[in-house]
Amino acid sequence: METNEPLVRVRNLKKHFPIRRGIVFERTVGIVQAVDGVSYDIYRGETLGLVGESGCGKSTIGRTMLGLYPPTAGSVNIAGIEVTTARGAQMRLLRRKAQMIFQDPFASLNPRWTVSAIVGEPLRIHNLEPDRQRRDERVKELLELVGLSGRHVNRFPHEFSGGQRQRIGIARALASNPDFIVCDEPIAALDVSIQAQVVNLLEDLQTQLGLTYLFIAHDLSMVRHICDRVAVMYLGGLVELAASDVLYEHPLHPYTQALLSAVPVADPKVARKRQRIVLQGDVPSPINPPPGCRFHTRCPIAQPHCAQVVPEWRQAQPDHWVACHEVEPKQGF
Amino acid sequence: MKQDPALLNVHDLQVRFHTPEGTIYAVNGISFHIAEGEAVAVVGESGSGKSVCMMSLLGLIPIPPGEIVSGTAVFLERDLLKLPEKELELVRGRDIGMIFQDPMTSLNPVLTLGRQLTEALVRHFNLTAEEARNRAIELLQLVGIPDAASRLGNYPHQFSGGMRQRVMIAMMLACNPKLLIADEPTTALDVTIQAQIVELVQEIRAKLRMSLIWITHDLGVVAGLADRVLVMYGGTIVEEADVESLYERPQHPYTLALLAALPRVHQRRQSRLKAIPGAPPHLILELTGCPFAPRCEFVRDRCWRERPLLQPVSPTQKTACFVNPHTGEERA
Amino acid sequence: MTTIEPPARIGLAGGDVEAPPLSPGQMAWRRFRRHKLAMANAVLLILLFVYSFGGAFVYSEAYANYNDTTKRLQPPSWEHPFGTDTIGRDILARTIYGGQISLLIGITAVLVQLVIGILIGALAGYYGGLLDSLLMRFTEAVLTIPGLFLLLIMAKYFTGKVPDITLLGRTYSGSVVVIVLIIGLTSWPRLARIVRAEFLALKENDFITAARATGTPNSQIIFRHILPNTVAPIVVTATLSVAGAIISEAYISFLGLGVQPPTATWGNMITGSTNYIEGAPWLWFFPGLLILLTVLSINFVGDGLRDALDPRSRPE
Repeated sequence: METNEPLVRVRNLKKHFPIRRGIVFERTVGIVQAVDGVSYDIYRGETLGLVGESGCGKSTIGRTMLGLYPPTAGSVNIAGIEVTTARGAQMRLLRRKAQMIFQDPFASLNPRWTVSAIVGEPLRIHNLEPDRQRRDERVKELLELVGLSGRHVNRFPHEFSGGQRQRIGIARALASNPDFIVCDEPIAALDVSIQAQVVNLLEDLQTQLGLTYLFIAHDLSMVRHICDRVAVMYLGGLVELAASDVLYEHPLHPYTQALLSAVPVADPKVARKRQRIVLQGDVPSPINPPPGCRFHTRCPIAQPHCAQVVPEWRQAQPDHWVACHEVEPKQGF
Repeated sequence: MKQDPALLNVHDLQVRFHTPEGTIYAVNGISFHIAEGEAVAVVGESGSGKSVCMMSLLGLIPIPPGEIVSGTAVFLERDLLKLPEKELELVRGRDIGMIFQDPMTSLNPVLTLGRQLTEALVRHFNLTAEEARNRAIELLQLVGIPDAASRLGNYPHQFSGGMRQRVMIAMMLACNPKLLIADEPTTALDVTIQAQIVELVQEIRAKLRMSLIWITHDLGVVAGLADRVLVMYGGTIVEEADVESLYERPQHPYTLALLAALPRVHQRRQSRLKAIPGAPPHLILELTGCPFAPRCEFVRDRCWRERPLLQPVSPTQKTACFVNPHTGEERA
Repeated sequence: MTTIEPPARIGLAGGDVEAPPLSPGQMAWRRFRRHKLAMANAVLLILLFVYSFGGAFVYSEAYANYNDTTKRLQPPSWEHPFGTDTIGRDILARTIYGGQISLLIGITAVLVQLVIGILIGALAGYYGGLLDSLLMRFTEAVLTIPGLFLLLIMAKYFTGKVPDITLLGRTYSGSVVVIVLIIGLTSWPRLARIVRAEFLALKENDFITAARATGTPNSQIIFRHILPNTVAPIVVTATLSVAGAIISEAYISFLGLGVQPPTATWGNMITGSTNYIEGAPWLWFFPGLLILLTVLSINFVGDGLRDALDPRSRPE
């Protein structure tokens, strides 16, 4: 971490999706509480990991933070820009300064555009290189920066492998010189032998360009490797946030503990001896989440009050946030 | 290696696909066996031929464009590759059970679960409707579906991903197969659900003494699950070893590199992951050398010209490589 | 950082084999060429165009409309290869000029359909919500009107009220414009629904999210990002609609409500032949055959385009 100044500040962010039915006059028949009141900071130059199981709302957070979904409540501040109210010039600045990398290297590139048009789009939209030739030069530079050959500018996405397409997507995200990049499961769709390439590239770029990442993933091993701090999400809310070594070695929340114990370990000796906390049942639906602590239906240590009172998001130890009634704060803190 | 009687013995299997873009050399002469009661993991990336290989044994690849060029697959003294479709269907339903990555594709969305389960039972075992229903409930309980009796009336979409996978396992168990082939059954599931399914399969295997072939790309899942591992790359088996030896001392440069590229959840951050350069091969030309040669740090001249064969290097381990990746020297 | 270079070929090809870069359009053309039936029909279609538009250099329009009552209902001969009609006009020359009108009506009606269909489908699909509901209910309303019925009523009502127009040195009766507009205005709903469905699916793609995250304006997302990805169904629908429009024109003209004589169309040429079906089959045979060939070849070309443009048949 270069400074202690947060680049991104998220406060009580909520995103609810109404489920609508009807022909012309729609009525709301239910609400998916995809993200329900999360707060955290991301410091300049760090990588914050956001982990959770599918449907927990982690991708929705990333998109809502960038203003791609209008938030239901709360505030997001990125580099001094209030995302929820930004308009006009402020919004355009945000679109330059915050970018996104996607999971699916096939769906994230327009199949009808050349690599040059794809990577050059942010330059064109923000008029960063008005001169056509300069723009092409810059696109080549960007491709070389992500480890692709500048000769490939006139090719179409279908001519590249998954890993190479992911590099093209990264080059596009870098084109407008952003400070902050939301990486939405950037390696989940790649072959194992390619994942390390892309992770190394992201790390190199961070060092070289001073980038700040929100790294959304479900692969806990990779998250530990790449992230400085990790936030764990369950059913629309954060349950724990701490520096990654602290979180992996001393998890406080029972969900984090269960999640970590379920991670497959590539070592047969460890794998056979390990005590697994196997959670019973499935994640409840975010349409009607359980009252009180949302995890209480599957929690191995749940108490009666867990079903009634929503646990407070608090620091149980310095810089170790948790939302659980049953975790005691450290003595003397 | 254990000398149990082999349940399945595959020899020199070669599979190709003839597409408009050219011939894909998907499986290039692989041989392996599965002993009775053994759990074997087949590990490989996309395009390594791991699924095609198993599916072709069961007659589940479309022919054409597919073509089984050569090979034998002896299962219970019969060559699966030569069985007529009718008999193979029986083998698939009764002796070999299968579960897939996406259970939804194997369930009929417009029929209730009970109907799908009991129909199979009535057909294969001549049970009465009442008996079949009781057996179905028993099976659902066996795979840990709570409130089994009432869930028989539900449709597949009313189950979550993990529950559907359990249902698939129950359907597969209905016929009490000798061999279970699981093709990436947990890839689409979350880690906590994956742990549940792995546990379930382990339990059932111990209870029913089934052999297991678990196809996956995840070296992590395999470690706690398999007795023996086949590592596939470019349509060939590059390494075959019992699970301890494989993780302790991998003998093929690909296995070694793959394990080195994995971040470990129990280790503090290393400086950098050891990435494997390049991309997996496309297999549009016939294999004349080692498929891993273009990405291999130990590559020799002969690797491009000659195909290394799977050779034993220790009592528990075989590898298809001219070089010992630990010493960097050519093997004798 | 090192550049990722394609691995050498050693009996297997790596991530990117050096090959001349092919655009999606070029790949589609390659696939289309392989489709023998579609290629043969594309050639036939071109020949039909050459026949209709090139034939004008052999016969003048005045000749096509010239009637010699002494030569009524003559069977095919060297002088009149397709015979003559009920008032002694040369059928060959009339099929040439009639073909021009029929093909022009087909194409321009589809242009009208494209403009309306794409606009409504794109707006409804991209913006969704209330706008989508309103536009789609309107589309369904138009769709439920029996097209042929509307066509007949409007043709009857407007014919004669629109002045003639002159285009590219030819004068067209106002009824041609009326027919084009009527066919165009009644045929867009199907296209609008197809375009909407495509937009609904495509706008969920991450490349659209990426464009939005970059601040690309909606107009550019619609017309530069999404629309080019819908060419396949649009081209296929439009192609097949040309055939539909030609048939519609033939229907109304056959019923005497379409393009008015002396301007010939393949449709109105058949009109007068009903009384001579057995006596003078050449009256209906040649225009009928031309309609049949045109519609069939357009349909086969459309099928070929569908196969060639369908992204699912892309290699990989």
